[in-house]
Amino acid sequence: MKNLRIENLHASIGDREILRGLTLDLPAGQVHAIMGPNGSGKSTLAKVIAGHPDYTVTAGDVLLNGESILEMEPDERARKGVFLAFQYPSEIPGVTIANFLRAALQARLPEGEELEATDYYAKLYEKMDLLQMPRNFTSRSVNEGFSGGEKKRCEILQMAMLQPSFALLDETDSGLDIDALKVVSHGVNSLRGPDIGMLVITHYQRLLNYIVPDFVHVMVNGRIVESGTKDLALKLEAEGYDWANEQEAEPVVA
Amino acid sequence: MKGDTVHNVMTSIPGVPLMEGSLVEGSWPEWFAASRRHGWEEFQSLPLPKIKDESWRFSNVKALDLEAFRYPGAVTDGGDLVARSTGLGEAAARFVFGNNRLLAATAPAENLVAAGLVVMSLEEAAVAHADVVQEHFMAQEAKLGSRKFAALHRSGPVAGVFVRVPDNLEVPLPIEIFHWVEGGNSAVFPHTLVVCGRHSKATVVDCFRSADGAPALACGVNDLVVGDGARLNYVAIQQWSLDATAFHLNSTTVGRDASCLGMQMNLGGHFVRGESYSRMVAEGARSDMLSVNIAAGEQMIDQRTFQDHAKPRATSDLLYQNALTGKGRTIFSGVIRVEPGAHQTDAYQKVRNIVLSDEAEANSMPGLEIEADDVRCTHGATTSQVDDSELFYLLARGIHPAEARQLLVMGFFNTVLDRLPDEQLRGHIEGLVESRLSAALRE
Repeated sequence: MKNLRIENLHASIGDREILRGLTLDLPAGQVHAIMGPNGSGKSTLAKVIAGHPDYTVTAGDVLLNGESILEMEPDERARKGVFLAFQYPSEIPGVTIANFLRAALQARLPEGEELEATDYYAKLYEKMDLLQMPRNFTSRSVNEGFSGGEKKRCEILQMAMLQPSFALLDETDSGLDIDALKVVSHGVNSLRGPDIGMLVITHYQRLLNYIVPDFVHVMVNGRIVESGTKDLALKLEAEGYDWANEQEAEPVVA
Repeated sequence: MKGDTVHNVMTSIPGVPLMEGSLVEGSWPEWFAASRRHGWEEFQSLPLPKIKDESWRFSNVKALDLEAFRYPGAVTDGGDLVARSTGLGEAAARFVFGNNRLLAATAPAENLVAAGLVVMSLEEAAVAHADVVQEHFMAQEAKLGSRKFAALHRSGPVAGVFVRVPDNLEVPLPIEIFHWVEGGNSAVFPHTLVVCGRHSKATVVDCFRSADGAPALACGVNDLVVGDGARLNYVAIQQWSLDATAFHLNSTTVGRDASCLGMQMNLGGHFVRGESYSRMVAEGARSDMLSVNIAAGEQMIDQRTFQDHAKPRATSDLLYQNALTGKGRTIFSGVIRVEPGAHQTDAYQKVRNIVLSDEAEANSMPGLEIEADDVRCTHGATTSQVDDSELFYLLARGIHPAEARQLLVMGFFNTVLDRLPDEQLRGHIEGLVESRLSAALRE
């Protein structure tokens, strides 16, 4: 069974411990949501899994289909099937979307094999149509001068093109108006299926009306304090995070 | 007209390997012979630059010892070099020189010739178009430090092309010129003279290449004269061997409502000194001065520029970008000068360095001399490294680190290349930059 398993993960930036023993099992074919107040470590979790160099893992493990990825470089993790949709995607001046995605796909081919251009563009245009992106988008520099909505659509376009086995969607709803949210959610939903596991990180329940999760986890102070079905998100929406903060003060029962 | 020529402009110059044997070939008119003699006298009388000269600050004056270089014999296999002179798919005319000698010439199409377009070797033009050539050949004094090397060029057996675009003619494809140097310590003197008539349009591309990896000397000049309302794009693609010493002196004169886009690309050379002087001589003139440079290994690329606003309401926009790796060095020193009365000048000057190794070093010295009111001048220099968050973004998409760095540096250069108006030319140049960058990053 394919899964992304996070075991008792501890991670720090500098001297500050942010993840404090987080355990989560994400099987392929499911969508899990992580909700939590600001500063609970949600984005750190996504970056640590992707291999961001600013963070140090001090204990625990991240296993992709049973194999630890913590010793792998970020690019190797990505080629193994881990995808991070960034909360704040970088602007890359002078590198067009078309060249960028071609380089990313080329990196996944065996040495000496060239990406087939016709198939590439056919697939690119199909995915762009899905996300309601105009064709001239391909010749724009990655994220440069993009609106918030365009940046998030561009992240989902990349996910659609790279077909990861596990995707981490970090605050994909932030900065989106309701129309953009619907387009992005539609794009994400169309990518759901038995071969992909998704971890949707969000502060607000709103996104989960559009991307309906199979399970919801509540994260406080670097740990999961409660897990449940999508109804848990509604409870958070109604009651806020205060009860969860109190919960965190109690010993966590696994 | 052809009969009015002399074959030996000077008798041989014993003990000067640079010039010995250079004078027996060719058929230059007397005015040109006199110009060469004058150049030689000037070259001998001027001292070599010293490091304390302001215009040679940070440079490598040791590289200026030209003792070892000599005037070369003919290339061994001209046909091979002609076959290797591939650049643009289509060109309006194509000239190939090797070791200062014309190897092949593809003249423009008949309809363009009938319309008055002249593309011919400078040697031929010095006779056939003596008045125009004489008027513009090195008419602009070298003011940025290399007077001695301008004199050397003038005295040397120059090889190159004269382009004259008649009024109102638009040349549909680029004119492409190749200069090859072959053999150890060979010296070449490429020259390109372009005179654009009123409201004409043309693109000229100079390609400087080494047939081998040997040390060589190139002492080149190009003079660009852009008539009222005309538009000239000029690109110099310098790919001399990594052991070459090269001087490239460029002067541009831009007329009323005319526009010149000049791009200097330095991908080769051990020591390269580039000087670009652009003078806006009438209202509404525009000069775009662009440069893309890669300094790797122990390469030094030393560039000095001058944006001279002689008349009101002219625009100049300079953007020089350098990528440095290994022990690469770049020097940029640029001046914007606004002459008295040149009001409403719009002048920009920007140099951007991306430093990819600890031992590389970029020096930038922007400068302004403003003697008019009501002007807008901005200048600036930035030096940075590859941005960590940009790099992580690419890695997070599975792109290998070496490839990711290359993509980011290409992106850096693309902001300059995007300003080229011709898609075919841009694609060709992008390929050359990419392949040099790829090698430089792995050196």
